[in-house]
Amino acid sequence: MNSQKIDTTNLICGLLLIATGIFFALESLDLELGTALRMGPGYFPFILACVLIVLGGVILFQAFRIQGEAMGSFAWRGMLFILPAPVIFGMTVRGLGFVPSIFICALIASFASQRMKPLMAVILSAGLTVFSLLVFSYGLGLPFRTFGPWLGY
Amino acid sequence: MELFHNLALGFSTATSLANLFFCLIGVLLGTLIGVLPGIGATATIAMLLPITFQLEPVSSLIMLAGIYYGAQYGGSTTAILINMPGESSSAVTAIDGYQMARKGKAGVALATAAMGSFFAGTVSTFLVAIFAPPLTTIALKFGAAEYFSLMVVGLVSSIALAHGSIIKALAMVALGLLLGLVGTDIYTGTPRFTLGIREYADGLNFVAVAVGVFGIAEILRNLENEQTRSVLMSKVSGLMPSKEEFKAMVGPVLRGTAVGSILGILPGGGAILAAFASYTIEKKVSKNPQEFGHGAIAGVAGPESANNAGAQTSFIPLLTLGIPANPVMALMIGAMIIQGIVPGPNVATEQPALFWGIIASMWIGNLMLVVLNLPLIGLWVKLLTIPYYVLFPIIMAFCAIGVYSVNSNVYDLYSVAFFGLIGYVLSKLRCEPAPLLLGFVLGPLLEENLRRAMILSRGDPMTFVTRPISAGLLIFAALVLVVVFLPSVKKKREEVFVEEE
Repeated sequence: MNSQKIDTTNLICGLLLIATGIFFALESLDLELGTALRMGPGYFPFILACVLIVLGGVILFQAFRIQGEAMGSFAWRGMLFILPAPVIFGMTVRGLGFVPSIFICALIASFASQRMKPLMAVILSAGLTVFSLLVFSYGLGLPFRTFGPWLGY
Repeated sequence: MELFHNLALGFSTATSLANLFFCLIGVLLGTLIGVLPGIGATATIAMLLPITFQLEPVSSLIMLAGIYYGAQYGGSTTAILINMPGESSSAVTAIDGYQMARKGKAGVALATAAMGSFFAGTVSTFLVAIFAPPLTTIALKFGAAEYFSLMVVGLVSSIALAHGSIIKALAMVALGLLLGLVGTDIYTGTPRFTLGIREYADGLNFVAVAVGVFGIAEILRNLENEQTRSVLMSKVSGLMPSKEEFKAMVGPVLRGTAVGSILGILPGGGAILAAFASYTIEKKVSKNPQEFGHGAIAGVAGPESANNAGAQTSFIPLLTLGIPANPVMALMIGAMIIQGIVPGPNVATEQPALFWGIIASMWIGNLMLVVLNLPLIGLWVKLLTIPYYVLFPIIMAFCAIGVYSVNSNVYDLYSVAFFGLIGYVLSKLRCEPAPLLLGFVLGPLLEENLRRAMILSRGDPMTFVTRPISAGLLIFAALVLVVVFLPSVKKKREEVFVEEE
């Protein structure tokens, strides 16, 4: 078979779905399957996982038959800065408190675009922090700690 | 007349000062979001969901509904002015609307869209009011087997209306259902697929999954190739259509409303399909089809009415059966559950003020859109000039705050990042996120009703086909599946979605 005929998008898609299906199937087998009359916690997910594996198989099979368009470029820079932003907010919001956390979160996210200048990012994040504090903490009364214990409050 | 009695109750609820205010906030926010490309209604509602928790249930649902149809409206504004639909359902409007704008008729196009939408909104609000109660009566007779079959219909239709490969859409449903099962098993209390993390025992947070798959993934896609938007004109003048133009839009508006109302009820994203179907119909019945694509007023009036009617009637399955017709409705279900309301046929009888209040507020919201937005178009145009790199840090911050405020669970924030990555990878693999989200919402319900039905029938799976309503629904689902797999339909379907993009 000519290797150029393989549609990489479907190849990856099929493999990922099969892997996910196998993961869920194995996890389901650890649970009690039960019978059709009294289904255990593992019964329905096990069926679904099998369906997922089969569908993944079909997509994998299609990868060798039908040629699709290429995947295109990935937003690596975007992923590098956007995805950690909520994680860091989550790790710091209890310790540092709402104000520093949201500032850091916005600042990190800002750098996902190559057009953003550092000074602009700081100004934007600061403004955003003030706005969020006024709207969410004071306006809507969400129970956030403005500054957290790590800062001695 | 009970209908008028009910509507009177609805209007008295919806016209309370607080509810009018939240309706206004909703449509304004919705329009704002619809105008700003790169963030859709689904992601916005997901982000703003937590803000509404502090409100009364009626007010919060009125506001969320306002965001939804406000966004539909704002989406058409950008479609006309910069040929960039803010919402996927206004993609069709861009075809002729933008051409009208290039000919200097931007004002007329915008006014046509507004008036068509308003008319469609009025009619479909009445349709919701007329059809919701009888459907509710039927729904009250539903047992576990019927609910199971109904959800199968919903999931199958979401596949039929998804873009791209049907197999992939099926896989997305299965994956969504599995993700929906993460958490504690309701019958035995066994934790499932939680990877030993105690914070996931209550299941994955719906808001976190929706924000990740729709919001974050969308931002990442937009960051792939950053480009500047150019606004066609900064001043829009000549809003009022001429007499001939009025005449030209009556037919399309009526037909669009009819098509949209019917397709909107179908689960799986009716508004998008409705807009496209209406465009196709208008092109077919038009005396000069060659005008289409070069600024035909019917090409704006029809689809705009259709997508608004569809947006409205998609509330019918939500309000009567508790089954979401599209991802936005799935979010509304999430909002109802968090407010302590169990979506389903009982809402109409147990909470008539809420039920009819939402219906009445739809009409009020549509009126507000017409009154407010035509004069405000200048402001929306200005907003279009905000560069994207300023917008998305703001969106990210609001996402983080929104998701965290649901349960104050930091693990939900880790889910956001994880599902953002998943959503982005899936979109790269040309898999649609909408069936996944629908599966995620319906997963636990589907399993519960399946297990209950099997216990009631003593383990006999024939229960699903011997009960008439359930059998009818399953046959319908099977027919839909067969039809989408038919080679001729498959080809046609591909054309539909290719042209739409």
